Amino acid sequence: MSTVGTLRAKRAAGHTGQYLALLAYLVFLAFPLLWLVSTAFKPAKELGSIDPTWLPKDWTLENFRVAFDSQPLLHSALNSLIVAVSAAVIAVAIAIPAAYAMVRYKSKVSTAGTAWILVSQMFPFVLIIIPLFLVLKNLHLINSIGGLIIVYVVWNLPFSLWMLQGYVKAVPISLEEAAAVDGASRFRTLVSVVFPLLTPGLVATLMFSFVTAWNEFFFALVLLKSPENQTMSVILTRFLGAEGVADLGPLAAASVIATIPSLLFFALLQRRLVSGMLAGAVKG
Amino acid sequence: MRRKLTTLAAGAAALTLLAGCGGNGDDTAGGKVTLDYLSLAWQKESIDANKKLVAQFNKEHPNVQVKYVQGSWDNIHDQLLTSFEGGEAPDIIHDEAYDLTDFAYGGYLADMTELLPADLKQDIPKPSWDSVSMNGGVYGVPFLQEPRMMIANTKLLKAAGIRIPTPDKPWTWDEFEDISKKLTKDKNGDGSTDQYGVAWGMNEPVNQSVNLSLSTGGEIFTKDKTDDGVKNKVHYGPDESAVAQLINRQVNKDHTSPKSGLSMKGSDTLPGFFAGRYAMVPLNFSFRQQVAQQAPDDFDWEVLPMPAGKDGITQGVSPQTLSISEDTEHKKAAMDFIAYMSEPDHMAELAKGDWMLPTGKEAMKDPAINREKYGWGAGAAVSKSLKPSPMLGVRGYPEWSDKLATPAYQRFYNGDTDLEGLRKSLVEDGQRVLNRYQR
Repeated sequence: MSTVGTLRAKRAAGHTGQYLALLAYLVFLAFPLLWLVSTAFKPAKELGSIDPTWLPKDWTLENFRVAFDSQPLLHSALNSLIVAVSAAVIAVAIAIPAAYAMVRYKSKVSTAGTAWILVSQMFPFVLIIIPLFLVLKNLHLINSIGGLIIVYVVWNLPFSLWMLQGYVKAVPISLEEAAAVDGASRFRTLVSVVFPLLTPGLVATLMFSFVTAWNEFFFALVLLKSPENQTMSVILTRFLGAEGVADLGPLAAASVIATIPSLLFFALLQRRLVSGMLAGAVKG
Repeated sequence: MRRKLTTLAAGAAALTLLAGCGGNGDDTAGGKVTLDYLSLAWQKESIDANKKLVAQFNKEHPNVQVKYVQGSWDNIHDQLLTSFEGGEAPDIIHDEAYDLTDFAYGGYLADMTELLPADLKQDIPKPSWDSVSMNGGVYGVPFLQEPRMMIANTKLLKAAGIRIPTPDKPWTWDEFEDISKKLTKDKNGDGSTDQYGVAWGMNEPVNQSVNLSLSTGGEIFTKDKTDDGVKNKVHYGPDESAVAQLINRQVNKDHTSPKSGLSMKGSDTLPGFFAGRYAMVPLNFSFRQQVAQQAPDDFDWEVLPMPAGKDGITQGVSPQTLSISEDTEHKKAAMDFIAYMSEPDHMAELAKGDWMLPTGKEAMKDPAINREKYGWGAGAAVSKSLKPSPMLGVRGYPEWSDKLATPAYQRFYNGDTDLEGLRKSLVEDGQRVLNRYQR
């Protein structure tokens, strides 16, 4: 009995340790965001203090006023939203059938495709930006939100494909065979059996593509010229001066505004990220 | 694969139509000339001043319409390089003289020699024109500049009985070294320093090291005219290294400057300055705006000239510039706009918005730029001693600075290498880098 008690105590201690580690990790992840929010509400004099406080002593909305006054934050956020949602949806729409085909129909093409996905991730932005600029210029897609969406789709596609392949592989082929035995067509099997099981994967891939496009800076900087087309990430750099000087309060305020859509997107979709949908689907 | 491409293309076309923002290169409509002006103004007052002047110009010049395009100092070089290469550069470009060299030699910027109006040529002093003259041409109008100044805690200086220097009677570097010792204190007697004489923010050490070396007669880069064009040579003797050695002594021997300050950018030293931890901080003139904004209400501060060497308080500067893209078809109209922005009243407005100094002699007469408050007058007096930074017009300087000089100066100030190690990196390795640009 005492052995069982010792084991229980050890297990409880283990759980406590795990939760503490998890809590520490959460604090580590959340700290920059909380600090950003705190900074956004601090007056300039508190930002220059050598003893920073967790919370502002005198809360102020002045930084938000200056940020909204000096830069077109809402318009750029709308541009970012159009670009990020479009790029994410298109990339995933293309990646779903492609990932399915590459997993289910093994061939030299699918192997080469997989290798190409990996290779494509190795090119740094600076290497491709000038050729890309020239290609888009010839297509009259410079300074165009449509052009930027295409770039983001192409840039996100390989990794989206890679992510979705893993999810497709996790769907047992026996489920599709069972559907076929029951008389379901290939299309019906995909729509009614495979896609619902892929929902968590689709949501994860959508989130990844959305956040990548939302945060992307360099392509947007180089490809969009007109102020009315520029996205949020580009607008944020306007609060930086020469030699790395920053207008810290308004920059923090604008950054808080910039994180809100991502947080909302996650909040809306995270319920779909449930795991274990496949549990018990196949016997044995 | 073809289907995938078709899907992509169809999607792209649909999105472009939906977004309704396909670019077209037509900048003339109804006989009007439309020019893009890429501005790097970033402080609210400065953006407002720029936009106001653009609106005024457009109203007064119905046939030339300027479109204000906002850029950012953080990434201007990459942005310009890509748009030059792609043939989509803005017509009028706000930048810094230091950044113009490669673009001027690359043929991306228009030579403005024949376009400059005579009164503008006369109004801006020769040293400022020298900073934008390279490759046989003039590639920008230098309109704003800022020296490095010593921003000091008045209370601490007065308490130590220290003479406040003026541009006419500055401290010498030796005096400054002694004053820093006087201002360094262990207030509570626990064996650790509570107050340092000075904090050298050396996150980006090269420009300030090169520019301040002029005061001690240093000339890190020399230009030799040969049959094969101008050749840049690096030289690092006692005059060039005098200020760097002083900083090294203050950090590693006298301990009058904290080692932790070396990794800081300019504005990072401000909290310690406000808290009385650092009595003085050398910062660019425009940093006064942050000091004025962030300093506690009861904090008294002074703007002092940097110490003098055998060449006085001379220091190098890299002015902000307005240039014209070589690709623009409307160089004359672009020059008209630049001349408008550089009119004395307008130049003064832009300078005040950015807390900088105008280069023009007439704009410098603006009373607000010469008032005592916030050290404007001290900066105005120092402006007479400014020279073009030695780095201007040196091809390959960015690579020399980023790859060799930055780590070399950082190691030297940190005490990880000696003067010979620094010299070897700057001169022997450095000359090889510059030579590659001079073949």
